[in-house]
Amino acid sequence: MVTDVLNALVLIANFVIVPGLAYGSQLALGALGVTLVYSVLRFSNFAHGEMMSFGAMGTVLMTWWLQSQNISLGGLPTALLALPFGILGAIALCLFVDRTVFSYYRRTRSAGVTYLIVSVGVMFAIGGLIRFIIGPKDRVFADGDRFILKARAFKKMTGLSEGLSIKTSQGVTVIAAIIIVALLFWFLNRTKTGKSMRAYSDNEDLALLSGINPERVVMIVWIITGALAAIAGSLYGLDKSYKPFTYLQILLPIFASAIVGGVGSPVGAIAGGFVIAFSELFVTFAYKKVLGYLLPDAIAPSGLMQILSTDYKIAVSFVILVIVLLIRPTGIFSGKTL
Amino acid sequence: MLGAHKTKLLFLAMAVMLAFIGFIQSWNVSLAILNLCLISAIMTLGVNIQWGYAGIVNFGMMGFAALGGVAAVLVAMPPVTAGWEAGGLGIMGGLLAAAITIILGLQAWKRLAGQSRRRYWITALIVVAGYTVSRLLIDPAVSAIESIESAKAGYLGGLGLPILMSWVVGGLLAAAAAYVIGKISLGLRSDYLAIATLGISEILIYIMKNEDWLTRGVKNVNGIPRPVPYEIDLQESMWFVQLAGDLGIATDELSSIVVKLCYAGLFIIVLAGLFWLSETALRSPWGRMMRAIRDNETAARAMGKDVTSRHLQVFVIGSAVIGIAGAMLTTLDGQFTPASYQPLRFTFLIWIMVIVGGSGNNMGSVLGGFIIWFFWIESEPLGLWLISTITATMDDASPLKIHLLESAAHMRLMTMGIVMLLVLRFAPQGLIPEQKR
Amino acid sequence: MEKSKRKTVQYLIGENMTGGYGGANILHSCTIGVDKGEIAVVVGPNGAGKSTAMKAVFGMLHLAEGQVRIDGEDITHLKPQERVLKGMGFVPQNNNVFPSLTVEENLEMGAFIRTSDISDTMAQIFDLFPVLKEKRRQPAGELSGGQRQQVAVGRALMTQPKVLMLDEPTAGVSPIVMDELFDRIIEVARTGIAILMVEQNAKQALNIADKGFVLVQGRNRYTDTGQALLADQDVRKAFLGG
Repeated sequence: MVTDVLNALVLIANFVIVPGLAYGSQLALGALGVTLVYSVLRFSNFAHGEMMSFGAMGTVLMTWWLQSQNISLGGLPTALLALPFGILGAIALCLFVDRTVFSYYRRTRSAGVTYLIVSVGVMFAIGGLIRFIIGPKDRVFADGDRFILKARAFKKMTGLSEGLSIKTSQGVTVIAAIIIVALLFWFLNRTKTGKSMRAYSDNEDLALLSGINPERVVMIVWIITGALAAIAGSLYGLDKSYKPFTYLQILLPIFASAIVGGVGSPVGAIAGGFVIAFSELFVTFAYKKVLGYLLPDAIAPSGLMQILSTDYKIAVSFVILVIVLLIRPTGIFSGKTL
Repeated sequence: MLGAHKTKLLFLAMAVMLAFIGFIQSWNVSLAILNLCLISAIMTLGVNIQWGYAGIVNFGMMGFAALGGVAAVLVAMPPVTAGWEAGGLGIMGGLLAAAITIILGLQAWKRLAGQSRRRYWITALIVVAGYTVSRLLIDPAVSAIESIESAKAGYLGGLGLPILMSWVVGGLLAAAAAYVIGKISLGLRSDYLAIATLGISEILIYIMKNEDWLTRGVKNVNGIPRPVPYEIDLQESMWFVQLAGDLGIATDELSSIVVKLCYAGLFIIVLAGLFWLSETALRSPWGRMMRAIRDNETAARAMGKDVTSRHLQVFVIGSAVIGIAGAMLTTLDGQFTPASYQPLRFTFLIWIMVIVGGSGNNMGSVLGGFIIWFFWIESEPLGLWLISTITATMDDASPLKIHLLESAAHMRLMTMGIVMLLVLRFAPQGLIPEQKR
Repeated sequence: MEKSKRKTVQYLIGENMTGGYGGANILHSCTIGVDKGEIAVVVGPNGAGKSTAMKAVFGMLHLAEGQVRIDGEDITHLKPQERVLKGMGFVPQNNNVFPSLTVEENLEMGAFIRTSDISDTMAQIFDLFPVLKEKRRQPAGELSGGQRQQVAVGRALMTQPKVLMLDEPTAGVSPIVMDELFDRIIEVARTGIAILMVEQNAKQALNIADKGFVLVQGRNRYTDTGQALLADQDVRKAFLGG
């Protein structure tokens, strides 16, 4: 009986908890970028997905070069070594886009909707640039050990009939996300520059009166956004494989995460990322085997016991997005801005 | 002086470019571009009604266009009787259950206002129960339907009516969807509205991709009946062969030209009609009021204008126009492919058309539809030509040259983005700015 | 009809200021100023241009004519941030704190342009406003109106300004809180800081003022010491409700 319950738990852990933690971390990092741009520059950045893709592309290209030089990190993916390159690339891109495009609309004090449409143009331009450099194809750049924990080893270790496997990319994603989030919060709450960013987002006019230089705040926002985008994009690519097209698809789940948590709130962005990730997985998980373990054979279900078919996985995040927008557009953590 | 003639000149330039393609590539290519230009122009009219007249940011065009496509399937495809016998009742029962659930849920939500905890629980309970019931009814019916001749049918089919009716039905379907979507989301801030409409349209596409009983999902619906003659019939008729002989054109080429011209004729009629209606509306007191609301919503509200219901009205009308265009597109393609509805192509590209052409100006939007679609298609050969000219002096085996030539096809995304950014920056009013009235 | 013709060189002065937003001028050759350790109060009916005059002195309004000088130095063309560096502090009437930042962080942001150690200044401000020390870890947005005003004044004091400008510091607070705020302002002035403020509560404000300016339609109507203005029958009748 106890083993049945354990088996059921391992099943859920293997198919929902572990992938959910990894996917949630990726969404959270992406949503943090969207939220930062929103809280300081006050627009929803539709180009964020492509910024992630651009950073990931930098990482992919550098990884290939390192691999060709036979430089590696042993069991860990070489991409970790290449990540700083991707981060620099994305930061350079963000700063370039801001100088050439967004700064003009700041000077003319344009409405938020103008920024929104401008960011669509930026999305096209970056998307095209990426395809021009690396092409639209699927690129695998993960190397090193594939698993931290293999299902077979887990079974042997515990004697359970269900296995639990943790991919290296999943472990790396979660650990990296924890480090990045800790760093970000330290920066925002403990450093003078971070506090001045929060101050600017709180009250632009008073920040000006206090001598906070808006252009510097904006520059720092783009640097952080670029770094976050590159990290989120690279981790997502490492986990799933790098394909330019997928970064347009992941944009909406990222917006969903940011909005569900409350746009402008970093804590909300993280919470939102996990809410979206786990709902996608819980709603599309087939509970047949779990129920098979927990229920007596006589009433064990014959169907898949899925709430929605796996095809609807991403649609779940859209549904949550729409529901949140309609019922509580300010999100879960409303009021707690940057 | 330039202002008055600018519109004419721009359209003349457009015609010259299409003719140029006709001469150097082929008339078939040129007409294929023209037909899609016409459909794009109708879509931009729809967006312009929403954005240009009223300032509503709709990023859900993809969904409305796809609904038009569904209309083409549901109207024109022959019904699959076996499918109806196998699961028609189950599907209808399930949909009825779903409809009852929604009504009950909404009623509960409304009546229990003020009792926050109970309100959420009871509404959730109704939704879960209703969902379970409808799934229990629909699931067996769906598998029964999908097992019938799954290679050819596997769905319920349509009504077997003339395809042209679907253009009207597509508009109505999109309008109905827009009414519901607008009712719930038009109160949102503009960027939330954009994200919400994009999300809802994605959900619609997911449903079309996965509900095989309705649209055959990713298996696509092929062979949708046409409103114009088939090439093969033309090629087999005596008068046509004779005409081809007289003109000195191969029959197969002439036949596809004639078919495309027929489509173009139909599309021009629709475009002209919708254009006339939009212009009339824009000049009417209604149009004046819309612009007043767009330019200063607060003032309009203070003057007692019912802004919310005007917005809903304009959202429904614009979406209906997009739905019509969507039905026309599926008619032209002769097939319905849910997977082809991508936000890049059906939402963001259309936005570029409106921005470049000139928001608020119908003539500008139409021109934007033409120009952007033309370059969307032609930037590939243009890019290839450009790159091969630039790299002409390079060694053919040089990896950079090979890479550049391979990548030339992707220049169009970048070009579109840069064109849009340039227009937004230096000519935010677009090529043909809104007229000051 | 200027009553006082004192011709002293004041520490901060906006002299013969004429200007406004866009086309129409709101200020017409208006002069306000203050000396170190003094409290100067600008009063007048609604729409007299009191706040506009303050903004003009702080550089948030373009002047068509006139001059702003601090310690004899012409700062007419400096931006507000640059005036902060010259030793001016400004407390706007509305939105004068960072609501999601804690009290302590608000004060820290006030000292953003300072490169020296700020802990002494912060300790002084906590001495001046003990309630802020108690609540220093609370977001400023969660404080009461009077406490928020204290945060706002404290924030402006963090740059160790020589002149503190307050735009209606007691707007929307209860009479008790108002008295307390005025007490604090007097304390600030005693430390040698010049205080220039706009007030709706003209009587109470003139009571603590060394100098008062009565503005009407963007022009100086009366200028005198606070006590003299309070004693003036015309001023009482027209502006202080008898």
